This record gives sequence, C-alpha cells and structure tokens, in this order.
Amino acid sequence: MGNLAAEPGSGGSRLNAVYNSELESVDAAETAVTDMAKAAGFDEDDLHKIGIALREAMVNAVVHGNQYNAAKKVRMDAWLDNGALHVVIADEGKGFEVTNVPDPLAQENLLKESGRGILLMQAFVDEFQVRRLKPNGTEVTMVKYLASR
Amino acid sequence: MSLKLNNRQVGDITVIDAAGRVTLGEGTSSLRDAIRDALGAGHKKVLLNLGEVNYIDSSGIGELVSAFTTVTNQGGQLKLLSLNKRIQDLLQITKLYTVFECHDDESVAIRSFT
Repeated sequence: MGNLAAEPGSGGSRLNAVYNSELESVDAAETAVTDMAKAAGFDEDDLHKIGIALREAMVNAVVHGNQYNAAKKVRMDAWLDNGALHVVIADEGKGFEVTNVPDPLAQENLLKESGRGILLMQAFVDEFQVRRLKPNGTEVTMVKYLASR
Repeated sequence: MSLKLNNRQVGDITVIDAAGRVTLGEGTSSLRDAIRDALGAGHKKVLLNLGEVNYIDSSGIGELVSAFTTVTNQGGQLKLLSLNKRIQDLLQITKLYTVFECHDDESVAIRSFT
C-alpha cells in the first residue's frame, strides 16, 4: 500500500505518505485524511466532502496518472494550518491539462461514464489547483476550511 | 462497508436494494453485474433502491449512468429510489437529476413504470 508517517511532534497534524499505484491506496489515503480532519473538528458533511475529493484525487493519480504502474508512486502531503486542511497529491504519470478535460456538464457529455472527478473535487473543497510537474506527473492541491473558522 | 445488493421482483419490476458504498472497484463491478443479470433474465424494468447507500464517488456515478444507458438501450427503464441528501446533491452537481427519474416512495415508483 505504501508508507505513512505523521510528522514527529506535530500531534499527528501532518501526514506524509508514499502510496503504491493500486486501488487499496485510495481507501488508505481517504481514511488517513478523513481521520485527520475529524480530529480537527470538521463535521460529518465536510468529512464526506473531504473523503470524496480525496478519493477522486487519488483515483486520478493511481488510475489515470500512474495507470497502476507498480514502478510509479503517489505522494500525499496533508496538514492542518489555521483551521484549514491542506492536501497535496502528486503522481508520476504523463500529466494533463485541466483545460483539455471535457466539460462533464455539457449536454453531449452527461451520459458519459467518466470525467466527473475534477468537477466533484472543485465542488467539495474551497481551493483547488492542478499543476503539471516536470519532467512527469500531476500535482493536485486542495484546501478545505473549517466552517467555524 | 462494501456494496451489498439484493434483488427482488415486484410484479414485472426488478427492485435492486443496494447498501453500502458505490465506489471504483468492487462496488461498481457488483452493480454492473446486478444490472447485467437482471437484463439477462429478461427483466427490463429496474428500480434501484439507494436508500442504504451512503457514499458514491464519480466512478459510482458513472456506473449509474452506464446502468441507465444499458437498460434504456435494451428498451427498458431504470429508475432510482430513496436517495439521501448527499446523493441528491451529487446528482444536482453533475446535472444528472435531469437524466434519472427519482422517487421517494416505492409504491409510487412501482406504479410509475409503463
């Protein structure tokens, strides 16, 4: 599945993990981050949104980015800062441009079976950014604010 | 919790009671198999009860769309029953509320099939 470590002395408020490119990693990352968010005080609705966004980012990294390649890893960094949960997920795939992703809300795409992951991430976190890495890979950054912040 | 599915017949309508998570992997493949089995048995009117489904990711949504198009393309009907607020929100966000016919009451849903 991969390696997971909480930063020493941080009270578990920072996670660095390296995951294998397999579906089990998606579940592991989702659990790790939602546990962290729960401990930070995010409510059930936000935990659900964080879980979905995290899951979509991990699936993109494992399935579309690394394409299940055992030689490629997915790196996740998650931390809490001033009432906000930050998550950065990076793969080692070929990379892609968000602007090239077909609009899943366009009438002609409504009945497509895939292509909604980015839409859900954007809907469920407060800040969302995709960056192409050099020489290879894609990095997704997401921030979710505590409602009571 | 992975996805658990149970089929039952109400007249000529196949009701599939789903419980758990519809996510990429076991969840989506189980749902695909259940739809394929229903169609293979000649049952083209399908009511998918999501009352006990608490989590659907984009792959799960894609599987619902696939089920809808597969059933429709075979001349059948697929409708959804008992969506909780989170799943309703997902269908709103993805605009799929314009595609799926959704019901809250099973008897009303059963009567709506033609």
